[in-house]
Amino acid sequence: MLLIPCPWCGPRDETEFHYGGQAHVPYPEDPSALTDEEWARYLFFRDNPKGPFAERWSHAAGCRKWFNAVRDTATNEILAVYRSGEERPATPGPRPVRSACPGVPPPGESEDKSPSPSSAVKGTEPLLDGTGESGGGTAPISGSAAGRPFRHPTRGRIHRDTPLTFTFDGTEYQGLRGDTLASALIANGLIEAGTSIRLGRPRGIFSAGVEEPNAVVQIEAPFPEPMLPATTVELYDGLVASTLPGQGRLAGEPDPARYDAVHAHCDLLIVGAGPAGLAAAAAAVRSGARVILADDQPEPGGSLLGTAEHLDWVTDVTGQLDNAPEVRFLRRTTVFGHYDDNHLLAVERRTNHLGADAPEHVSRERVWRIRARRVVLATGAHERSLAFADNDRPGVMLAASARTYVNRHGALPGRRAVVLTTNDSAYDAALDLTAAGVDIAAIVDTRPAPGEWAECARQAGIEVLAGHAVTGTRGDPRLTAVTVAPYGESEGQREFIADLLLVSGGWNPVAHLFSQSGGRLRYDEALGSFVPDTCRQAVEVAGSASGALDLAEVLAQGAAAGARAVEAEGYTPQEPSLPTVAARPRPTPAMHVYTVPGAPDAPRFVDLQRDVTVDDLARAAGAGLRSVEHTKRYTTAGTANDQGKTSGFLAGGVVAELLGVDISALGTTTFRPPYTPVSFAALAGRDRGVLSDPVRTTALHEWHAAHGALFENVGQWKRPWYYPRDGEDMEAAVLRECAAARGGVAFMDASTLGKIDVQGPDAGVFLDLLYTNMMSTLKVGMIRYGVMCRPDGMVLDDGTVIRLAQDRFLVTTTTGNAAAVLDWMEEWLQTEWPELQVHCTSVTEQWATVALVGPRSRDVLGALAPRLAVAKDDFPFMAWRETTVADIGARVCRISFSGELAYEINVSPWEALTLWQALHEAGSPYGITPYGTETMHVLRAEKGYPIIGQDTDGTVTPQDLGMSWAVSKKKPDFIGKRSYSRADTVRPDRKHLVGLLPVDPAVFLPEGTHLVADSELPAPPVPMLGHVTSSYRSATLGRTFALALIKGGRDRIGERLYAPVGDRLVPVTVASPVLYDPEGARRDG
Amino acid sequence: MADTALTAPLRSPLSQVAARLAAATRTSRGAIRLAEVPFLAQINVRLDVKGAAADAIGLALGLQLPLEPDTVVRAGELTVLWLGPDEWLVAGPTGSERDLERRIREAAGDEPVSVTDVSAQRTTLLVTGPRARDLLAHGCALDLHPRAFGSGRCAQTTLGRAQVVLVARDEPRAGFWVLVRSSFAGYLADWLLDAATEYV
Repeated sequence: MLLIPCPWCGPRDETEFHYGGQAHVPYPEDPSALTDEEWARYLFFRDNPKGPFAERWSHAAGCRKWFNAVRDTATNEILAVYRSGEERPATPGPRPVRSACPGVPPPGESEDKSPSPSSAVKGTEPLLDGTGESGGGTAPISGSAAGRPFRHPTRGRIHRDTPLTFTFDGTEYQGLRGDTLASALIANGLIEAGTSIRLGRPRGIFSAGVEEPNAVVQIEAPFPEPMLPATTVELYDGLVASTLPGQGRLAGEPDPARYDAVHAHCDLLIVGAGPAGLAAAAAAVRSGARVILADDQPEPGGSLLGTAEHLDWVTDVTGQLDNAPEVRFLRRTTVFGHYDDNHLLAVERRTNHLGADAPEHVSRERVWRIRARRVVLATGAHERSLAFADNDRPGVMLAASARTYVNRHGALPGRRAVVLTTNDSAYDAALDLTAAGVDIAAIVDTRPAPGEWAECARQAGIEVLAGHAVTGTRGDPRLTAVTVAPYGESEGQREFIADLLLVSGGWNPVAHLFSQSGGRLRYDEALGSFVPDTCRQAVEVAGSASGALDLAEVLAQGAAAGARAVEAEGYTPQEPSLPTVAARPRPTPAMHVYTVPGAPDAPRFVDLQRDVTVDDLARAAGAGLRSVEHTKRYTTAGTANDQGKTSGFLAGGVVAELLGVDISALGTTTFRPPYTPVSFAALAGRDRGVLSDPVRTTALHEWHAAHGALFENVGQWKRPWYYPRDGEDMEAAVLRECAAARGGVAFMDASTLGKIDVQGPDAGVFLDLLYTNMMSTLKVGMIRYGVMCRPDGMVLDDGTVIRLAQDRFLVTTTTGNAAAVLDWMEEWLQTEWPELQVHCTSVTEQWATVALVGPRSRDVLGALAPRLAVAKDDFPFMAWRETTVADIGARVCRISFSGELAYEINVSPWEALTLWQALHEAGSPYGITPYGTETMHVLRAEKGYPIIGQDTDGTVTPQDLGMSWAVSKKKPDFIGKRSYSRADTVRPDRKHLVGLLPVDPAVFLPEGTHLVADSELPAPPVPMLGHVTSSYRSATLGRTFALALIKGGRDRIGERLYAPVGDRLVPVTVASPVLYDPEGARRDG
Repeated sequence: MADTALTAPLRSPLSQVAARLAAATRTSRGAIRLAEVPFLAQINVRLDVKGAAADAIGLALGLQLPLEPDTVVRAGELTVLWLGPDEWLVAGPTGSERDLERRIREAAGDEPVSVTDVSAQRTTLLVTGPRARDLLAHGCALDLHPRAFGSGRCAQTTLGRAQVVLVARDEPRAGFWVLVRSSFAGYLADWLLDAATEYV
């Protein structure tokens, strides 16, 4: 969300502003001097440049001031703002591009980037009965059935004293607090996780995090939730889950949980509490800056939890963060969107992990709307897979993920593993797994000379096959054997018995948020992947998200980024204590491999979740698709709910190979929010049900409700619709209410009408410009009906204008248009006529208004207003009086929207109920009847009074409504005047508002019904003459009637037309819109 | 008009909600306090600061109209809010609206000043207590941290889905006034009570 700097109030969210189109398009000096073409150019034509564009904005929800802004339409950046009437400033250039990693030397000069092997391997005791066979053996591996646990005796950050019972696919299992659903399954010897969506192939747990493509499950209890990666579901007691054949199932019942949202502001937001993020936080924690650290895991540490390194340091930094008053550490919080002006959205999973124990009043998930001055993205990296034959068997897993299961959860994903790698990082994992008791049958490295790391592995007794790759796998369905051969060859195959195949095809920085923020990526040759390059926002990327894989470098980058951020905000960072990283073997550059040849009939999967193979991508390339965006859409690779986290870049690499182009030129597909799926319930938050939209009520609302009113929504207002008595339907109630208004007395709550106080010496001049008719000649004490139009001549609103004093008017608007009309007035005053001395103030709620209607209304008013001379000549039509009614100070207007003698009584809303009850009591001898909007509509329609927005639709002029009398011929100009001489507005076949009488007086025409000329429908296209805008049953007329907009309607009065209703063509007669009391005899009672 | 002879008690927009606000205040055990401050006198004043009227009105009211955007000035029982570069809201004790309007008009003399009684246009909600800021943060996009919105600040913005005027009360712990259009008051009270679920 943009922050727009109001020249008065400063930066505010864009939702507080209204857009006003191109700036510096002044209203012509003399519209009457313009040709139709010149006038049309003013009305309808605006520039639409790419780049800086001067436009008008209004701070609508703030100070209500119009101002101008120069916005770059290509980047959406606001380049400058200036006040209305000021000259457009010289346009500054776009924001400077900043480096994503200012402290890091540019590519080519960087130190060797190397993954870090564990220097101090923990938990070195082997498992009981660990298989110690050397590679190439053929003996099958015994599984958990042999009684050997898959839970490591000492490793893991699980609570061994807190067992949890859960059910998966109908079978009950035990897990431990600290497990994920995936780790608990692995600790139970399970790795299979359902079948794939398209091909139905068995799949297994592939990763240990949000990137999981395979193990997507349906949670059944405590509440059904579809498509959650088992790798991200924290285990709780009573969890019931099942595998999914690709598609989830939404709950059939409403979700009882609470979801909410909160806004937060900070100097520095750090995303990710791994080594880089924690180092950044440590540099900022004591500076006094307001810091938010968000991490998606239940505990901090990030990759260190997976490697079990430096966890004391993690604990130490966390303690500092939790005790710092201006620091907020959000655990279990995924930042999923990075928008304009460092507005980031995050979702915090607050009670999901508590299962059935979740307290009801605490929101289950919370959306954080964070506005950060600066952002450090320490989002880490995802390991990449490789496209080799049958690479989707359960038991194939990313190498670092296997290590995470062992160290974080003490869960062993297999007994005997083959490792396939293109880089050093998998050696670290292999050595650690060996120490934990997993037998490493062989490390298969595509590189011909893997260097010092291979030497380390060999010293540890692991066979290293340099220049080799995996050419196939076997298993039913779980992996039982892996075939390897020299890379690129089919000769020299060897088969290894293994239940685990660990893969590392390199690392992809998690650049999703950076990319969403507008940052550009560049191809990093050393890493063989895309890394953050530059961004216009105040964003830095630190750690492996920037491509750094060496832990010492990661920590240093994080600390430097955190320090730079708080320093830039005026705070003093401190030098954080960082853990000492032990020396490592010398790194060997990674080899950039994407596909590995294999048996021709064996699929090589690229996107496991969408079942997209190398062959599918080859078909796309063969079909002529040359862009990754197109191959993505053609094959669906990367479109599943994992959004291609493990496969996206692999797909790019494969496409580049197929096309024979450089991957750096091919680029990546676009990263869009959300980073991980977010439920609609979380996004909706509390904005649902009764809180989804404000309900506006009048001071009399409770009386209406207590007296059985049904309500109609008019804008956000609740207005009484009608008041049914025992057993009445709407038709009966409205006929009764109408009869009371025409025959006796009735009253209605009219408080929702918009009211605007217009004050100043130029108030009359201003209203003359605004309305089509003359207002400045109105006498104090009198009222005039007025119509307001847009410059194109179409009706915008109507209402009454009351002259309170020489320089003060009270203007009423329709209920739904009150805010729009006030904005309209302010727009013209501020941007076109700033020289006019006049101000407009909303007083809609300052007054409660009661319409008292009917031939007996004078009797009722007279009884309650002893000081008011109510006789016809003393208090004429369209006059107003200040008096007391029922001892309440009141302004009484003689206005009628029904054609009957009628009054509008305005009082303070604090006293409205007293007035209403007094009217009810005083009117009871005359059978006073409360009526609602439906009766009001019938009464006004019988008189042919249009309702703006119901009988008009923005294409209707006052003349079309038959209101030429309200369009001044004397005024030199007013808004809309010039348009009335345009060729289009003087066409004889414009649609006019007319009455319609169905020939059968009982037939009701639905609103919106079309009208045609002939009694038989011709072949389509059928020429349409117009449509019904209002339709009612009239108690007075004893029949149905309607209002309609009909081409040349006033010239058709008396004509027979036809209205298709269902299968019938209903004959109707065109009539004058005034069907009741056309002479106006009833107005004075 | 409100201060004409009264025969019936005045009814404020939130009179029906008072018990629920009080109950939430009670059960929060000091975390938050919610209450309506009804019937405050409120006068909307519009004038051009380049003229003499601003000083004259300030003199008559015993204060200086705030010229810095989004600030308030207090003097005695009066609080004056900046609403725009030519617009202020003068808030005073219940029943003083007629007197205030008269004093401002008299002080303005012949200057083109618009003075409008808007006492019933908005009602005022008091939101205080240690969790007041957290409560408002559920629906207000503004930064209400004392560093950004301390004593002397006010702002017209959106809370939940209603437009409001927020005023930081005098002391950092004194919470906020939330001025809301009377027709939206019921919605906003419902919204606040819902947002307070975790604090009560």
